Amino acid sequence: MRIDLTPRADRSALTDALAPVLAFLAALVIGGFVVAAMGRSPAAAFVTYFVAPLSEVWSLQEVALKAAPLALIATGLAFCFRANVWNIGAEGQFVVGGLFGGWIGVASHGATGNTLWVLPLMLAVGACAGMLYALIPALLKVRLGVSEILTSLMLVYVAELLLDYMARGPLRDPAGFNFPQSVTFDDAARLPYLMEGDTLHAGVAIALAAIVVATLVLARTLFGFTVRVVGASPRAARFAGFSDARLTLAVFAVSGGAAGLAGISEVAGKIGQLQPSISPGYGFTAIIVAFLGRLSPVGILVAALVIALTTIGGEGAQIDLKLPLDLTRAFQGLLLALVLGADALSRYRVRLVPGAAA
Amino acid sequence: MRIVQGALVAVLALGIGGAQAQEKKASEKLKVGFVYVGPVADYGYSYQHDQSRKALAAALGDRVETSFLENVPEADSERSIESLARSGHGLIFTTSFGFMEPTLKVAKKFPKLKFEHATGYKRAANVATYSARFYEGRYICGEIAGRLSKTGTLGYIASFPIPEVVSGINAFMLGAQSVNPNIKLKIVWVNTWFDPGKEAEAAKALLAQGADILSQHTDSAAPLQEAEKQGKLAFGQSSDQMRFAPKAQLTSIVDDWDGYVIQEAKAVLDGTWKSHDTWGGIKDGMVVLAPFANMPDDVKAKAEASKKAIADGTLHPFRGPVFKQDGTEAVKAGETAPDPMILGMNWYVKGIDDKLPQ
Amino acid sequence: MSLDILSMVLVTIIAAATPLMIASLGELVVERAGVLNLGVEGMMVLGAATGFAVAVETGSTLAGAAAGAGAGLALAALFGILTVGLSANQVASGLAMTILGLGLSGLVGAAYVGLKRAPAPHLNVPGLTDLPGIGRLLFGQDGFVYFAFALVAGVWWFLWRTRAGLTLRAIGDDHTATHALGLKVRKVRFRAVLFGGACAGLAGAYLSLAYTPFWAPAMTAGRGWIALALVVFASWRPLRVLAGAMLFGGATVLQLHAQAAGLGLPGQALSALPYLATILALVLLSLGRRQGGSLAPAALGRDFTPHR
Repeated sequence: MRIDLTPRADRSALTDALAPVLAFLAALVIGGFVVAAMGRSPAAAFVTYFVAPLSEVWSLQEVALKAAPLALIATGLAFCFRANVWNIGAEGQFVVGGLFGGWIGVASHGATGNTLWVLPLMLAVGACAGMLYALIPALLKVRLGVSEILTSLMLVYVAELLLDYMARGPLRDPAGFNFPQSVTFDDAARLPYLMEGDTLHAGVAIALAAIVVATLVLARTLFGFTVRVVGASPRAARFAGFSDARLTLAVFAVSGGAAGLAGISEVAGKIGQLQPSISPGYGFTAIIVAFLGRLSPVGILVAALVIALTTIGGEGAQIDLKLPLDLTRAFQGLLLALVLGADALSRYRVRLVPGAAA
Repeated sequence: MRIVQGALVAVLALGIGGAQAQEKKASEKLKVGFVYVGPVADYGYSYQHDQSRKALAAALGDRVETSFLENVPEADSERSIESLARSGHGLIFTTSFGFMEPTLKVAKKFPKLKFEHATGYKRAANVATYSARFYEGRYICGEIAGRLSKTGTLGYIASFPIPEVVSGINAFMLGAQSVNPNIKLKIVWVNTWFDPGKEAEAAKALLAQGADILSQHTDSAAPLQEAEKQGKLAFGQSSDQMRFAPKAQLTSIVDDWDGYVIQEAKAVLDGTWKSHDTWGGIKDGMVVLAPFANMPDDVKAKAEASKKAIADGTLHPFRGPVFKQDGTEAVKAGETAPDPMILGMNWYVKGIDDKLPQ
Repeated sequence: MSLDILSMVLVTIIAAATPLMIASLGELVVERAGVLNLGVEGMMVLGAATGFAVAVETGSTLAGAAAGAGAGLALAALFGILTVGLSANQVASGLAMTILGLGLSGLVGAAYVGLKRAPAPHLNVPGLTDLPGIGRLLFGQDGFVYFAFALVAGVWWFLWRTRAGLTLRAIGDDHTATHALGLKVRKVRFRAVLFGGACAGLAGAYLSLAYTPFWAPAMTAGRGWIALALVVFASWRPLRVLAGAMLFGGATVLQLHAQAAGLGLPGQALSALPYLATILALVLLSLGRRQGGSLAPAALGRDFTPHR
């Protein structure tokens, strides 16, 4: 049997929008069967996962909070992936951004007088650190032709271990009984809360602003144009005189900066101190989010919200229905696989040709 | 985008106050929530806490309802704790040190709910802390090992150099020295709480270096299994791991939170709960030694005697004179180490031939 | 170090290197065919859970190992349908497989937590196994270890001595040209992906059946990612995978032995070593090639959609 893929000429906005919805429904049906097999009501599970988190002000804020780093990182990554540059080390850039930005928070602990400079400096340092860290694989790629996929991935682990070392060693709270965490930041080093209830912090605003800026840059600037052209047709771009090397460096810098900013936003927002580990895998999940969102900033926002929703709904399912966390993970994995597959189906006309081999 | 807008609109319409409204929902039946850092299936620390949750449900029956969240990353724990607080839980156990700041923050938002944080040192009017004097059990293990070792060398698989681990090593060594002043202790730091493969490798390394009895402060049963395979002896950790190594396990330091958890839940039900700091040991039944096995009767009898002596206070693992590695006197003869010293222990006792990682 | 300790250390290193070798060799074939599978960790952990569960139910280590490989293969089939069949992005699909594999392994393994079985039997040749020094090293390992070494030779022979291997490498370097030549790009890639998944699953089964014979959630502890690094470190050559696995496995083991012997070294720096070494190896390799360009299969990670 052979599978023939033909790019769809008649690709419409409708099929584009419909594909992920159908994939989502398919995942729901499969998930429903599993839940029923475990002796729970699929309807109750559906409500807990997808309705309950949207029905309360607080959980809506939590969904936004969880989606913010994913959306911010994925938006940066969209520039890379559109330009056919493969930065898969956003997790490391996130960690480095959190570490170096957080360092300012630790160093400024107890500072008196005017402390208005602390938070902007933290954010700037975090973004720059992420950017510089992302430039390592970019330079290795440009100068030495080393595959950026692999070096950026390797550097994730180096970053995680560096943070681990710093949080357990030099940046440890001296009054903290040797426990592996830094001092808690002063208020001047924390992102302000946007709403009463001390949940939704300004990190969400940063992510939203980044999405707006990214949309404009992609649509309206020469840089955005270059990224799109290279992605669509590398050869055409070369003829047009765009430099591969400069573009690689630029998109790595953008995505690293976004990831670093997300890292410091998380540290200065929700966490409020440095710990040996600051990310439950945001940098990796963001890669999936970027593709689920079809590399467009608005699509990414939607994808990030869906992932955030299932995570928070999964917590509710543990509490209310005593469904195991592993079920949520398996469901997320399945959902992602199905959406990626459906996306391909909306891009290509698939024909099964029996008998022949591909 | 739409969802976030919806959230903001909803907030403007409703105002805030969900927190207060939620709190009132708690009925006479007490809902007790648990937050674990690891999977309940780790057969170690989180598993043991989950046993206490089950014991609570069994002991108080209809008067309580329990739920738990597992595998909660410390950097992402605030939401998990708050979702328990918002779903009508009146008493919440947060069982990892890294949950300290998030617990305090959520507790501040929900002044009427009661929180119990394990192994931390910061408290509030509605946040109690509790931990166990594991070092008491380790002292007895040390005595047993000192009596049984043929090579005169013991092995210790350590996780991270926090005070709980360091005081455990010291107590183990002091116990061993009390029966064999020339005993040697080899320590391997694996920098993880849970990695069966690495723990097994560490066990092999220690056995190859001549240690014939292993103790561990990591969570998996891999070191015990390795000892069993090589016909050596070892101590279990957190739970009774006899089933993994019936010929090797001498005893195991079992975290028994059952009594404490039941007592606290009762206190909340009776309205007598008050914030406090509990540091329970063998006397309180919080540190339990699994049945002594694989040792001669006289060693068993002496271990039982030590257990009784520690329980009635005639024996204290850190009774002076205790000397630090460099020879300075830490505890004077006739005195016992005060609790703050044990809680912040960051030095080895004399006779340990290893450099404490800082 | 006495001969016995040296032999003991070597035995430990080989045991630590075995899962890395098996998983890496599978991924090597996948990458040689031009596909990047970032789902190795997920396939490995699913193999560990399934392998243990089946071994407990049937009482047979062999059945367990087969089931572990089968579970990895099944997850790889899904990955193959997505990436090879439907041209979905490989990086995103691979990461989705890791999430799916971790979740499924927890569900599969839930009923088997806290159980133990005897470790996979070790070879015991009377006379030979008891030889001092080399006896246990050569004649006292378990079946997985011998299989891993056989796999090195097998993969090497396949890639460099068979026509099918040549085809596979050619496809990994230029799918457009090979497709134009009439080679069955997607069929070869799909099979390579299945092979890689089976290897990852088997490597996982080794952990739960032989190395530390019990099931615990996430017990692979990142070994799938190290296997990915190892493929690169070995510059996509099977024999170098063997050497690299010894080096990667050996670094951890030696560090632990050094500590046990009283020579402390900072843990994090040592743990970072395999990754730094891999980057360094990549840099050196491309420097050595002068004209630039890496040794990576040229089509690695790129989508391929044949238009008829």
